[in-house]
Amino acid sequence: MRILRAIFGHTSGRIGGIIVMLYLVIALLGLMGFTPHDPLMQNRLDRLHSPTITYWMGTDLFGRDVASRLMRGVGQSFTVAFLSVAFASLAGTVLGLAAAWFGHRMDGIIMRLMDVLLAFPAILLALLVVAIVGPGTWTSIVAIGIVYTPIFTRVVRGPALSLKARDFVDAARTFGSSRTYILTRHLLLNLVAPLTVQITLALAWALLTEAGLSFLGLGTQPPASSLGLMLSDSRNLMETAPWLLIFPGLAIMVSILGFNLLGDALRDILDPRMRRSNP
Amino acid sequence: MGYLTRRLVTFPLVLIGVSILVFVAIRLVPGDSITAMLGTEAGLLTPQQRVALTAYFGLDQNWLVQYWHWLLGLFRGDLGISVAYGKPVLDVILDRFPLTLELAFLSMIIALAVGLPAGVFAATHNGRPSDLAVRIFAMIGQSTPSFVVGLLIIYVLSVGFGALPTMGEFSPFWQDPLRNLSQLIFPAITLGLAFAASVTRISRSAMLDVLSDDYVRTARSKGAPARSVIWRHALPNALIPVVTLSGMEFGYLLGGAVLVEKIYALPGLGRVVLDAILQRDYALLQGSVLFIAFNFMVVNLLVDLAYSALDPRIRLGER
Repeated sequence: MRILRAIFGHTSGRIGGIIVMLYLVIALLGLMGFTPHDPLMQNRLDRLHSPTITYWMGTDLFGRDVASRLMRGVGQSFTVAFLSVAFASLAGTVLGLAAAWFGHRMDGIIMRLMDVLLAFPAILLALLVVAIVGPGTWTSIVAIGIVYTPIFTRVVRGPALSLKARDFVDAARTFGSSRTYILTRHLLLNLVAPLTVQITLALAWALLTEAGLSFLGLGTQPPASSLGLMLSDSRNLMETAPWLLIFPGLAIMVSILGFNLLGDALRDILDPRMRRSNP
Repeated sequence: MGYLTRRLVTFPLVLIGVSILVFVAIRLVPGDSITAMLGTEAGLLTPQQRVALTAYFGLDQNWLVQYWHWLLGLFRGDLGISVAYGKPVLDVILDRFPLTLELAFLSMIIALAVGLPAGVFAATHNGRPSDLAVRIFAMIGQSTPSFVVGLLIIYVLSVGFGALPTMGEFSPFWQDPLRNLSQLIFPAITLGLAFAASVTRISRSAMLDVLSDDYVRTARSKGAPARSVIWRHALPNALIPVVTLSGMEFGYLLGGAVLVEKIYALPGLGRVVLDAILQRDYALLQGSVLFIAFNFMVVNLLVDLAYSALDPRIRLGER
């Protein structure tokens, strides 16, 4: 509760929080099918219709309602972003804790492996995964998850190393606490703050990467809708039907903005020392 | 071991790791390489021809031997033959690299020319409405994907001015500088804007940190003019994180801005990777991905070296 109050007391936290909540509602409605029209229904008589009362954001080349497709697309993009960040944060936390706790050879192996993954620009690594597995929603989730795992590993390993050397961990060991207990109770609990900040910012990157993959035709496959796919479809029609470009473009931008604002606010609130030194 | 020594020692290790990852990744692709290489024509092969081809490409040997031969090839500059382009992979990459390099440089110039002054301005006007305005623009800039910016630029150009960015055959700078710039200026602005937003944010926060330091206060109290305090005393130290950020971004850009190259139909390195995936040209994919990762790693190493040259605390292993 205190954290919520802190977020809403922080200007960018308030704006970011409202945006993210709004998107979550839209995503849920889209996924549950509560859209103004059927996102897949083709209405040949109403092709490329400009925005009206019936079609708030106009229709596309096949007469499908853009607003409904956008809602479903937000749902799709958020699903991919949340699942991939869940994957990355889980894998990164386990690897980071293992590296810090076991040290020596284990630390060396895990961190060099992460260095190898970090040697690729994010979108390139994602493309490599897609090339192996073939395009699709699950591929996007795994690809984006793998891309961001090393970042979580680093975020967890550093603080975990210094926590491990602290007196209270030594004390717990002396009292005979089990390894699992110390790892979850003493280490993980103290890592919640940096992890929360990282998760929020990673959601912004994941949305960006998902949109990029779909834009290239290597993410979500038609006829399912995703924001990147909608933008890609708008390319040849933007002069006659600019709404096909503007609404999905705005939707992607504002969602990323929301998570960035929220992430910045959380960083200020949870860990003032972590004031950003990286973009 | 100092930070730098450790960094230099692990570099070749990571490089070998990267080559193994790329090698294994390509072999995880379902289906056999011969079919992948020949496409539908593979169906016309007799079993004997297939066996002969498999032996010719060394695909009948185990992965370790294959990897060793591939590695030896790499040292000779032999990355294999691209099926899609019908020429050596290295030639395809080197053909495309100048465009990517030039685009990366142009984007960086734009980003620094816009971002650095904006960041310094915001820091020196901290808390005022003009600072807020810069920060809002920077936040929006950072949240807008480059492909959205690119599409919007094309839209504004075509609807507002009835013009399109020059596309088609790429002309190198030394052959036709004007045409070259007309091809690259809009992609460079597209990539430069998001990059400028990051530069603005980081230079603002670095400047703010530095401006509250003792030596800046000393310079002020001994009566140094405000302009000299900002540009001579504060900025050089605030530049350290900006150098890191620029280096990393440059590394990303050298990897080819896949999305922006696609939007502007530019034949850069990012397009090579995309073509390789879409046309299932695995030799090309393997080579280009390795080339990009290598560039990325070298740039990051150089950034670390520059960083420690600028900040002696890192050289002494205090990080």
